[in-house]
Amino acid sequence: MKLNAKIPEGKLEEKWRNYQLKSKLINPANKKKLNVIVVGSGLSGAGAAATLAELGYNVQCFCYQDSARRAHSVAAQGGINAAKNYQHDGDSVWRMFHDTLKGGDFRSREANTYRLAELSAPLIDHFTQQGVPFAREYGGVLANRSFGGVQVQRTFYARGQTGQQLLLAAYSQLYKMIRAKKVTMFPRTEMLDLVVIDGRAKGIIIRDLVSGEIKRYVADAVVLATGGYSRVFRLSTLAIGCNGSAIWKAHKKGAFFAAPSFTQIHPTALPQSSETQSKLTLMSESLRNDGRIWVPKKKEDTRKANDIPEEERDYYLERRYPSFGNLAPRDIASRAAKERIDNGHGVGRFRNAVYLDFKHAIERLGLETIKDRYGNLFKMYKKITGVDAYKEPMQISPAAHFSMGGLWVDYELMTTIPGLYAIGECNFSDHGANRLGANSLLQASLDGYFILPNTINNYLASEENRAPVDTNHPAFVDAEKKIKGDIEHILSINGNQTVDHFHRELGKVMWQNCAMSRNQAGLESAIEQIKKIKKAFWQEVKITGHSQELNTELEKALRLADFIELALLMCTDALQRDESCGAHFREEYQTKDGEAWRRDKEYTYVSAWEYTKDYFKLHKEELDFEFVKPTVRSYK
Amino acid sequence: MKVRFKIWRQDSPIDKGSFKVYEVDGLNPDMSFLEALDHLNEKLVLRNEKVIAFDHDCREGICGQCGVFINGRAHGPHENTTTCQLHMRSFEEGKVIVVEPWRAKAFPVIKDLIVDRSAFDRIIEHGGYISAKTGTASEANAIPVGKDIAERVMDVAACIGCGACVATCKNSSAALFTSAKINHLNSLPQGKPEEHQRVLDMTAQMAKEDFGHCTFTGACEVECPEGISINNIAEMNARFLKAKLFR
Ligand SMILES: Cc1cc2nc3c(=O)[nH]c(=O)nc-3n(C[C@H](O)[C@H](O)[C@H](O)COP(=O)(O)OP(=O)(O)OC[C@H]3O[C@@H](n4cnc5c(N)ncnc54)[C@H](O)[C@@H]3O)c2cc1C
Ligand code: FES
Repeated sequence: MKLNAKIPEGKLEEKWRNYQLKSKLINPANKKKLNVIVVGSGLSGAGAAATLAELGYNVQCFCYQDSARRAHSVAAQGGINAAKNYQHDGDSVWRMFHDTLKGGDFRSREANTYRLAELSAPLIDHFTQQGVPFAREYGGVLANRSFGGVQVQRTFYARGQTGQQLLLAAYSQLYKMIRAKKVTMFPRTEMLDLVVIDGRAKGIIIRDLVSGEIKRYVADAVVLATGGYSRVFRLSTLAIGCNGSAIWKAHKKGAFFAAPSFTQIHPTALPQSSETQSKLTLMSESLRNDGRIWVPKKKEDTRKANDIPEEERDYYLERRYPSFGNLAPRDIASRAAKERIDNGHGVGRFRNAVYLDFKHAIERLGLETIKDRYGNLFKMYKKITGVDAYKEPMQISPAAHFSMGGLWVDYELMTTIPGLYAIGECNFSDHGANRLGANSLLQASLDGYFILPNTINNYLASEENRAPVDTNHPAFVDAEKKIKGDIEHILSINGNQTVDHFHRELGKVMWQNCAMSRNQAGLESAIEQIKKIKKAFWQEVKITGHSQELNTELEKALRLADFIELALLMCTDALQRDESCGAHFREEYQTKDGEAWRRDKEYTYVSAWEYTKDYFKLHKEELDFEFVKPTVRSYK
Repeated sequence: MKVRFKIWRQDSPIDKGSFKVYEVDGLNPDMSFLEALDHLNEKLVLRNEKVIAFDHDCREGICGQCGVFINGRAHGPHENTTTCQLHMRSFEEGKVIVVEPWRAKAFPVIKDLIVDRSAFDRIIEHGGYISAKTGTASEANAIPVGKDIAERVMDVAACIGCGACVATCKNSSAALFTSAKINHLNSLPQGKPEEHQRVLDMTAQMAKEDFGHCTFTGACEVECPEGISINNIAEMNARFLKAKLFR
């Protein structure tokens, strides 16, 4: 199968307009007859569901939480980027496009990345209209701050709760359309399989998480908006329920999975403090605007931070990357931290952290300014660690955070299964091998509000006159039967280990071998270890309770079963790519001073994996750089 | 660290439910409260017992999904925190920790510590939005909003919808929750065109659900993880009167 990204003709700045001019329209009377399933109620899902409903489609929206308002978009703290150039600091659509493409280490499509930048400004208008209380200047205009990997100020924010405010706006629009009877919402519902009929996505199988009932839903198109899958590492900044199940099931039904191993490790999370820990808390990257990162020059230094004199501190980011300093992009900042920690300079009880210090910022700007900018983050830090970061530096550590990888989609956000779309974090589209901070609230929102509602017509126009299918179709019956069988099977194993036990094992293997730095031997051994975990899981897992009730252990087990398989693909992908790019750092491919060695001649393509019964089959989407010449990505 | 959990167990909405006591060993003070429950649940599985069902997701105090009564207080012993942000260091070695679900008629128990808070969604459904379609916005800076207003709006917009206000109120009133959304949207120029209808519709829906009336005891603002002030309820009431008069 040849992958066709369907990139429109024309100059970069004309592509999206050209696309819209040519795409098919559907008359309003017919839209009323078309049904769309949206799985997910985060920024991408809620935005899409509300907007599709406004356009006249009937929408069914699903989420696993008890309310749409709790999708993990809610947890984003730092902000959302837009090329508004309000600061008059030389920003433009082109610059934002270029920053994003370079930030992603030239492993994303020019056309998609350009569209991201192009539509960013109207998105801020849109959210302001919906009532998002963005931070303001005294004169009443919107305020900005800077984020990593960029030299202009283009990030809009609502205190440290930007994701929450954007999501609540999207959620309110969703409920507006629920009231209008154009959207039906299904909370506490988990998608367990995709139904494909005659090669087209036609519905889903779900489990009602309260009653345990398995049900079938049919539609003319299915949109997956299920978020990131970094919980595969177990310890991550994602919510406990975040999963890869929906996209994994779609993958098994034929949707190609692109760049599965491209995972962003965030440099500023709180370090792990015990074996039983369930998640890692992110401290917003915005802290790096004013905080300075350092470790003691001396190895295994046991002195308290405040007792270490200035000349014995190594501000390693400022040292290695003088022009970006503490605002070096995430992949680089995380790797630099790992390098210092591995070399014995780590701090904290487990020597797994580095310092993030506000002393100089407080001296320079005053305590009040720092409180105004980061007050809630300092408060959160204190709640969790018991430490007052106005008085001593924070301890931070890298953590799994964001999946650049996801289902392969074309310019229309359609996967390789006709009628199946993937939007938001669960697709692979705009971020290449590394996402820039504050670009993913943007991507999720744009996918949902602006892009999908303009591209889905093109497909649905061809579905208008197709004979309708219903849920009695054998494909539905079979899919349901299989799910029920899987559930009864997993419950009947009745082994002697908990689900969490296996998840911890999987997390360790993935964190050691498929995170910040990777090598051939490690990945090969990881694949063997994961196969063993898979085998053990299916022989020894123990789940109490039954299937016809609210059963949180069963939910976890089903998600983990998919994570284990996904982990195999991630390692396979990382092993196949014999180069370093962005967050994918293969130890064999580095420059003399330890920077990523990208091999453009061999690897300027997106890896898109097909699921077959016996192995993962690689397809390549060659990346064509027509407008920007890939350069060595340097932040020095 | 060792504690004794006394936890509400209720198999289904129709089950009567009762407390059960669990001795839990092997905890450490840096564990979060929910991690202690995870730990207990793993033990229960290995003892062939059903796990304790509780709601949670983000585990960083922002999604609002967690929330239980701990020793008689919503979200536990500290003010203005969520259950997921509570750590075992807040409890004494060997002590009993009583854990119950939110108790309110409008929040029926689904299982163990999980309740149904969909009444909140229905309140939002009845006007907790600005009726503007995607694609119709004008330039964001065309309408200035003073920094003080933006900050005040953010204070109320921060509500995480956990339901602690309802659970802690002796009348089970949802006034703090509802007022936070009304005051958020009605304070902004973008929310003005619908301000009166919004107050009337949202408060009407609040009355329809099984929430009680607010008698200004002030319990809600103490437990609210976002520290949303009870003054908002007075402000909502004023807006309500205005809406009645001027609509
Ligand atoms: C802690 C944190 C901080 C962040 N900060 C920033 C930031 O400052 N700026 C920025 O730009 N980005 C940030 N990000 C990234 C950004 O928040 C996410 O990439 C983005 O919000 C994802 O949105 P989404 O709509 O794709 O998915 P989500 O918001 O995660 O929504 C997923 C939805 O899918 C549903 N779902 C999942 N699986 C299933 C299933 N099997 N069945 C049914 N429903 C399902 C869930 O219920 C949920 O409704 C941050 C991420 C994290 C974790
Ligand atoms: S789990 Fe999200 S607020 Fe506690």
